[in-house]
This record gives sequence, structure tokens and C-alpha cells, in this order.
Amino acid sequence: MARSVTARSAHRRPATTKLRALVGWLFIIPALSFYAVFVLRPIALTFQYSLYEWDGIGPSTWVGTANYGKVFTDPDLFDSLINAFKLIVFFSAVPVVLGLAIAATIRRITESRLALVARTVLFLPQVIPLVAAGIAWSWLLASTGVINQLLSLIGLGGVTRAWLGDFATALPAVGMIGAWVLLGLCTLLLLAGMSKIDPALYEAARLDGAGPWREFVSITVPSLRQEIAVCVTVTVIAALASFDIIYISTQGGPGNTTMVPGLQIFYLAFSEREVGTASALAMVLMLLVIACALPIQWFAKDGNR
Amino acid sequence: MARRVRPGRAGAALVIAMGTLAAACAAPGSNSSQPTAAGTSSQSAAPTCGTAPITMSGYFETGFPLAKDLTTEFSKQHPNVTWNIREDQFAVITQNAPRVLADNPPDLMRLPQVSELVKDNLLKNLDGYAQSFGWDKWPASQLEQLRLGPGGRPRGEGSLYALGLNMSMTGLFYNKKLAARIGMTTPPTTLAELDQALAKAKNAGLTPIVQFNGGATGGLAFPLQNLMASYGPAAPINDWIFQKPGATIDTPSNLQAAQHLEKWIKAGYFQKDVNAVDYATMMSRFIDGQGLFMFNGDWESGNLDKQMPGNAGFSLMPPAQQGGKLAAMSAPLAFGIAANAKNADCAAFFLNWVATDKQARTIGVDVGGSRPMGPADAYMPEVAADKVTAGTLAAGADIAKNNGAMDFIANATGAIYAKSWTPNLQKLVAGEQTPQGLLKTVQADYAGQLAGN
Repeated sequence: MARSVTARSAHRRPATTKLRALVGWLFIIPALSFYAVFVLRPIALTFQYSLYEWDGIGPSTWVGTANYGKVFTDPDLFDSLINAFKLIVFFSAVPVVLGLAIAATIRRITESRLALVARTVLFLPQVIPLVAAGIAWSWLLASTGVINQLLSLIGLGGVTRAWLGDFATALPAVGMIGAWVLLGLCTLLLLAGMSKIDPALYEAARLDGAGPWREFVSITVPSLRQEIAVCVTVTVIAALASFDIIYISTQGGPGNTTMVPGLQIFYLAFSEREVGTASALAMVLMLLVIACALPIQWFAKDGNR
Repeated sequence: MARRVRPGRAGAALVIAMGTLAAACAAPGSNSSQPTAAGTSSQSAAPTCGTAPITMSGYFETGFPLAKDLTTEFSKQHPNVTWNIREDQFAVITQNAPRVLADNPPDLMRLPQVSELVKDNLLKNLDGYAQSFGWDKWPASQLEQLRLGPGGRPRGEGSLYALGLNMSMTGLFYNKKLAARIGMTTPPTTLAELDQALAKAKNAGLTPIVQFNGGATGGLAFPLQNLMASYGPAAPINDWIFQKPGATIDTPSNLQAAQHLEKWIKAGYFQKDVNAVDYATMMSRFIDGQGLFMFNGDWESGNLDKQMPGNAGFSLMPPAQQGGKLAAMSAPLAFGIAANAKNADCAAFFLNWVATDKQARTIGVDVGGSRPMGPADAYMPEVAADKVTAGTLAAGADIAKNNGAMDFIANATGAIYAKSWTPNLQKLVAGEQTPQGLLKTVQADYAGQLAGN
């Protein structure tokens, strides 16, 4: 990229431009070297490992793409990828939709002290370490936890269960923890975006007889296109690459119903010592994240033009 | 912004960058040669820690004070030896073991499943020490699980690669007060009697069995293996765990055991939330008197004597037939010496001291709660009869008599517990797996893992 810039202006002031380019490179060398050592090199090594059968210590055997075949044919590994996509519903859809509603509500009462309290309470989960959130929620969701106590209190004792230990509810329960964590981030981002919207637009809409719902659909949501894209991107990545919450609350159980690729990679590499398969799954996960995140970015930008 | 960089060119640059980085490295892993036999040759005189000051490096398990207490006493008797000890949780040790043994070899280390470590030549072969200290004259069952064939397979025979600090023992703990409430004065002696006690407890509104089976810990493997030993002989189960050729877990008597376990699940003998209960929760529930029975090991004896004094009893799993053979999961608390350890001789001397010194054996029983290693006629400290520790020690003697020691079915391969037993036992609880399906799936995973090795 830098070279094309140089080439275009070369015939005008060759010496200065060349020097400038050199200085430019000098400036980015520290960042670039960090990026190469801590991001590019690990990715390259992971790719290399994924082509071998290796236990992490002893001699390795070249197996080509066999590990990638395993990722898509071993039901345990493939199901973990499916679970990650199911988590998107909870990690992305819930926080973004709910966040929009909450942000719109807070904006209407933006002058009152309640708005400040609401903002703080909603953003708090972002400040708490995910491990602490996972532990707290596993207590809340336990068979004798607060959630079941509340359910019993309102006469719903029949539906109480160990939410994280039940095949049907474990994944949604883990998803709700994620939704709780990410809701604050989305709300705050959307709220910030809303403050940029020109109030004149709302005034004009109101003069045309638009109600609050019409305002929300026709002005708020379209104006927040970029913020929504950021929220969706961040939360989709959080869903696909989830690890901490699940490692703390269910460790992938019961019966692999909450197994996600992040956790599977960890188990494969460090417990089962199948570094090759773990690396292959990691590469697939990385490509999936990119494949999901890039279209969202393009979508947001196209709308901008 | 998107227009400035053409994705094609950036992608190509990335591929080139990755290519250069990858090309710079050879195939991962070492092809290090096998350690020579020199390190394992038998000495004429048994090695010692000498008299010069020496610092031993240890890597122990957090939460189990036995190893550290023993090193403290050892330093009292041998003042030239000091210890530099690092502690981690067992799960962390399991994950770290190969790297630690390779990069920073400790003199003495608490070991996870050893097959892979032996395969990678990370552990010292202890045959020479066994000969010079006379460990090979101890009851063979104490060392059997720590013997491995060349390359780590099969287990149960071959060279010695680790030694226990003691021999732990599993069975049925019961709450004496709750037992009295259902009229159970002595522990059941047959499986049918156990079934009756469980049914009585259920009818009396008690939880018959508190057990853990949540997260990544399939604790129902404890009752399952005990039921296997109740219905059939222990030897074929050990063959399976030791990866002997042709061994299978899918046998008629094991199927009866799995069906019996399913019967218990369906009868509601475990807590409803057993799939969400972890080990710590199970312990606190049992100590709190929330259940009659608990399948667990004698590493908790000392703890239970402290937490519910006089109220905890222990019994071995009763056989299906009256007078049938007794068997139990019983495994040495394995410690090993890194292949490249600096002070291997002193570490071996320490392991021998743990098994033979009077004071060490007393600490082993008081703190560890299990039978120390060593000759069958070695010194045993007195333990008050009403303590559960007395019960577990007596059970250890019974198992030795019956030759009924089994390793844990979770130790058959490095991945079998997390990958196979745990999810399938959780499915069995949820009604998503059948007893037959459980054994068939586990056997298939086992065969796949052995083929992959």
C-alpha cells in the first residue's frame, strides 16, 4: 500500500517522498514488530501445528489436512461449532435488541437522575471480570439458588431445576449470562450514538405526526446503523470465541451441551494433548470469526455512502 | 477507508508473511533420543541425600498437605536438605506436566496419568532404585499401576516410573446418624442389602446417595465402577485400564452394572440436580448431613473425622453375591522424578523414607488418611476405632487380601474421562443414553484413542 503511494508521487519529489516513507516505516516498526511476534507468528505457528499430529512434546507426524477433516467429521468437534452459532442468539440478538429498547428509554429520561443510575447499573457487568460473573451466576442458577427461590415464591416451583445441569436449559442459561454481560456495552454504545442524532429530525417527525414508535423505527434505528454494526460485530465475536463464562459455569457439560470451540481447543491442546487437532479447530474458528465479522462491516459501510 | 487497501493484496501479503514465518521452523516437537540406561543402573549401595547442603525442587498438589508435611519432617531428620516447593491444583498439574518435566525438571513431582509422560521419555526409570532399596519386595499390587511397558504401553507391567506416597482406597462413606434413622446398624454386605437401604432412605425422605456429576467431572464413574466390581471380577477391568490388547469395557457383567446404575438413577436415589453438582458441593452436602451414602475415597477420611467426628462410617462396595470377592478402586498417590532431575538420588531416598520411616508413616496415616506404601509387615500407627480412618485402613487390608485393587476407569487413557465417561454419564442421568450405549460409546472412543496414539 505504501509502495503504491510512493509510486504515484515519485516523479514529482522523489527524494523527500522516499525519505518520508522511510521515516513512516521507522515509526511503525515498534508496533509492527509486536504485531508480528505476538499475532502473526502465533497464527503462523498454529497453522503449522494444524498440519501435524503432535502431543506437544514428542516427535510430530505430518498429516496434511487430516486434522481439518476431523474438525468437520468428528461430531464432538462439529457440534461445538454449532453451539457457538446458537450462542449468537443470546450474545448478540438479545443485547442489541434489548439495548436499543433500553437506550431509547433512557434517552427519553436523560435529564433525570434515574438515567444515570440505569446507565451505571447496566454497564456494571462490563467492569466485573467474566470469571467473577460466571461464579456469581452459577450460584444464582443452582438448584437452591436465588432464581429458583424466586420462582418458588411466585408459585412456579414446578419449573425449578438446576439450570446449568439440565440438558435443555444449560446452553440458554449460559447464553443469558453472556447477554447480561454484553447488554451494558451495547446500551452504552447505542446511547452514545443516539446523542449524536440531530434533535431537529425528531422535531420534524413529530410535526409530521409521528408517534414514539415511528420515531424509533424511522429515525433512531437508521441513524444508529454504524453503532449497531459495532455492537453486532463485538457480540458475534464474543459468542463465537466464548470461553471464560462457560469454563467457569459448566465446563462444557452436561453431556457436551455447552461445549464451544474455545473450550474444545483448550481441552484438546492441554488435556488430550492433541495439539494438531486443537490448532486446526483454532484456525477454523478464526476463519469463521472473520467470515462473520467482515460482512457485518461491509454492510455498515455500504449504508454510509 | 476500505478503498485504500485492496483486500487481495493485503491477503497476499498476509499469506506471504505467514509463509515466511512458518517456513523458518522445522516440524514441531523434539526427536530427542531415549535416555540411556546409565541413569537406571542398579547401585550396589542404596543412594542417599549425602551430607552436603542440597535444595530439592518439588511440584505438589494444592489442597493436600501430606506431601509438604512429609518434606518438613524429612528436613527435620536430614537438616542438609531444604525444599523449594511449587504448588498447583491437580487440573493445572495435569495440563502442565509435560512442559514442566521437559523445561524445568523437578526432583519430585505429583504425577497425573503417566502413560504419555513415559512415552515422551520425561520420567526417570526407577528400576535401579527399586532394586537397591528393595521396593520390588513390597506387595506387587502397590507398584503394578506405576509399571509401564516400553513407550508407555501397556500399563501394569514393565519398568517402574513412579512411586506412591500412599495407597488410596475408595468405597462407600455413610452418615451414621441417618443410617440409624432407617435402622441400618451395620453396612450392607450384599448388593441387595444396599438396594434395600437405599430404598428405605428414599421412603424416609432422605437423599440416598450424594454424588457429583456436574461440569467436566463425571462422578457417577465412582458408583459405576464399584457396581462393575460387584457384578464381576476386577482383573478384566484392570486389563482395560492398562490398555492390554483385546481388552474391552463392554462385557456382560459391566452391562449389568450400568443397568443397575440406571435403575438407581430412575429410582431417584441421586439428587435431582446431580448433573450440576461438583465435588466440593458433594462434600459440603455430605458433611451437612444431606445424604446417607457417598461414593468417595479415603483421602477425605481425615477431613471427615474432623468435620463430622464419630458420625462418618466407611464400607467397601458389597458384592452382588453373599461372600463374593471384594474389590475397590485403589491407586497409589503417584510421585515421580523427572528424567533430567538434578537430585534424583535424594528424591528416591525420600520416597523410600516415606514408606519406611516410622514418623513418616504416622504422618501418612494422620494427614493422608490412607495406607502408606511399603512392606506388608511395616509399622502401622494406632488409630482410634471410632474414626472413619480406622475403617478405611481396615478396608485397605481387606482389599489386599482379596487382591481386589483396581485403578480408576477414568485413568485408562488421557482423554477417556473428559471426552467419554463424563458426557455419557451425564447423558445417562438425563435419559439421553442407555446403559448399553454408554459402554459401546466409551469402548469406541477408547479404541479410537488407542489407534490415534
